[in-house]
Amino acid sequence: MLHIVNKSATERNSLESCLRMATKGSAVLLIEDAVYAATQGSVAAAKIQSAMADLQIYALGPDMEARGMAGRVLDGVKLVDYGGFVDLVTEHSTCQSWL
Amino acid sequence: MSDMMDDMDGGEGVVKKFMFVNRKAPHGTVYALEGLEVVLISAAFDQDVSMVFTDDGVYELIKGMNTKGIEVKDFSKTYRALEGYDIEKLYVEKASMEARGLSEDDLIVDVTVLDSAEMASLMAEQDVVISF
Repeated sequence: MLHIVNKSATERNSLESCLRMATKGSAVLLIEDAVYAATQGSVAAAKIQSAMADLQIYALGPDMEARGMAGRVLDGVKLVDYGGFVDLVTEHSTCQSWL
Repeated sequence: MSDMMDDMDGGEGVVKKFMFVNRKAPHGTVYALEGLEVVLISAAFDQDVSMVFTDDGVYELIKGMNTKGIEVKDFSKTYRALEGYDIEKLYVEKASMEARGLSEDDLIVDVTVLDSAEMASLMAEQDVVISF
């Protein structure tokens, strides 16, 4: 399963719900305002770091760059471009968007 | 009511304290950009304008944005132009900044950092508060 989160973790509970439901071995892709959660020093960073034990965490590079956050990405979070986004979708049989 | 009539009759010389409260991250929603545009318009009316950045609104002021990849306008540089419109009262809430691992050095403009109590009293003394 590929989980896609697009809302800021400091404004909505989408990421929290996603991480609660995502099963071991699943992938989580952070896009749009959700990318802030994968930046150093953010209150949401701890949630991402502990989730990395069981889940693959990805973030969309262009969204990081647009927000001036490209230099602060948490270690272990894999950045993907739009092509990588498409690859993730095709590699997983199902996607769940946490709107 | 009579105050309101006075204001409208006068038309000039009435200066109110306007505060624009920004609580949304840029790009993900249109609030940040719309809020900035309203502030620029308000500058034409010679009012006492303050801008507050709290919660995810602090993210609006981050240096080094590059929006090329997502193909939207990078309006972050416009915050630097506010000074030219005599909008110089920019406030950031300390707790919001720290919760995001940010410091004043990460911001594109000079701001005054306030603790929550200071922010609360600044809000309380406004005539008009507009939120984005």
